[in-house]
Amino acid sequence: MDMYMEEILDHYKHPHNKGTVPNPGLHLFDSNPLCGDEQEVFIQLDYNQNNNNNNNNYNKTAIKELKFTGKGCAISIAATSMLTDELRGKNIEEVLRLPNKFVLDLLGVKVSAMRMKCALLGLKTIQKAIIQYLGGKEYE
Amino acid sequence: MERNIERIRKDFPVLKRKVHGKPLVYLDNAATTQKPRIVIKAMNDYYEQFNANIHRGIHTLSEEATLAYEESHKKTADFINASSDEIIFTKNTTESINLLAYSLAQQLKKGDEILITEMEHHSNFVPWQQMALKYGFKLNFIPVKKDGMLDMNHASHFFSKKTKIVSVSHVSNALGTINDVRQITKMAHEVGALSIIDAAQSVPHMPVDVKKINGDFLVFSSHKMCGPTGIGILYGRRFLLDTMEPFLFGGDMIRQVTKEKTTWNDLPWKFEAGTPNIAGAIGHSAGLKYLQKIGLEKIRKHEVSLTKYAHEQLGKLKGITIYGVPEGEGKGGIVSFNLDNIHPHDVATILDTEGIAIRAGNHCAMPLMKVLGIQGTSRASFYVYNTFEEIDKLVAGLQKASKIFG
Repeated sequence: MDMYMEEILDHYKHPHNKGTVPNPGLHLFDSNPLCGDEQEVFIQLDYNQNNNNNNNNYNKTAIKELKFTGKGCAISIAATSMLTDELRGKNIEEVLRLPNKFVLDLLGVKVSAMRMKCALLGLKTIQKAIIQYLGGKEYE
Repeated sequence: MERNIERIRKDFPVLKRKVHGKPLVYLDNAATTQKPRIVIKAMNDYYEQFNANIHRGIHTLSEEATLAYEESHKKTADFINASSDEIIFTKNTTESINLLAYSLAQQLKKGDEILITEMEHHSNFVPWQQMALKYGFKLNFIPVKKDGMLDMNHASHFFSKKTKIVSVSHVSNALGTINDVRQITKMAHEVGALSIIDAAQSVPHMPVDVKKINGDFLVFSSHKMCGPTGIGILYGRRFLLDTMEPFLFGGDMIRQVTKEKTTWNDLPWKFEAGTPNIAGAIGHSAGLKYLQKIGLEKIRKHEVSLTKYAHEQLGKLKGITIYGVPEGEGKGGIVSFNLDNIHPHDVATILDTEGIAIRAGNHCAMPLMKVLGIQGTSRASFYVYNTFEEIDKLVAGLQKASKIFG
């Protein structure tokens, strides 16, 4: 039963960062085809980390604000709720390189193999959005 | 039957196993059933005693293997009241339908219409959709009502001279609805269309007679009826199979090959290219024998009782929604439900910790889920070895889920 600890249920019932942001610099909808879970992420970027905002300096861009909407199981919603709490102020390339373990550690429970895709839906959606933004196949 | 169940359960080695320290309660039979010892033994015997490739091998092992393989065609034919040469072995129901879609598409022309229903499994949906997109056919759908029944009052105007193929599931895998495939076949034939019946959820659970239904093709899978995975069945009327082009080319399906052209082998081998799943066919044969010994009427009766009991007991739970038709003669051994607004995957995970195996999600029927306005359901599906006590355990597991999410 350890997959349904109090903290996970709490995040599921009252997810943090639920909603949308105006004029998101990054925006992506993704779903888990196996179970139909859906998430949409909205990210505002902070370009102030670099003075001249040109392509060469994209990698200095950070996440200013992010929200998500969607429907899904307790694991997928709780994971994205916890993850989005952690990402404000983070450089987008740093986020791109976050390992799966980052989310699993946040959840703090043993996620079974069958539910791994649920746990990682949020992270994968955010990372896909960043890849799209950077426009580079090299990141995939 | 009740007294026999304990004896039947002993035939299935896996039912002795524990999951998370609890006795396995296996309620995922619409996905695949467990295998009795004699099926496993039949396949082992083939590998240990007469493993050889079939046909044309002039040695004892090959002859034994060929006889056992052909015996499986014969047993399958008897099981549904067909002839051996009308039984083609494929990989699964999905491949059977793909064979039909690819082969029959060559006989249709642009603008022809194919009719399916909104409740089809993706395997009886996507092949037709893709053929329609590729060749310019029109794909129509008999609508499903909120109660999980086909809307037959509004079905007739989809049957026209343009309709060439009507492909419908006998029993819905997602809801358990039993469709009147005999009537639908009659309507198809009245406009000159071919009738295909997806019997993956019916042949394992109730007596099915292809002559009574009068359909042109009927497809199902061995692994949903005590047999191994990797054996699908396609029944087709002989004169129709004769006019159809093969789906796969290669060895075993040919008569004569020259550099310029090839002529096809007789039925059913024309549609069985390459070395088939010999062990699978032999295991399938043993599974059929096992089910016949118990009797399909008895299996059906047992499942009707279990489903009735499940409806009663689950119906008492607070926050439960059961989808589809009421239990009884119009329903297979499938109960599809949601509990409060707990996601089906969470329900399934909590039940798993109690040793209970169910399926959760859209059941490969996303268009149907859309009609019902839901993302998915939890589904318990029964077979000959399930007991009333197991349904009580399911109910207790669901109460636990409610408590956790309450």
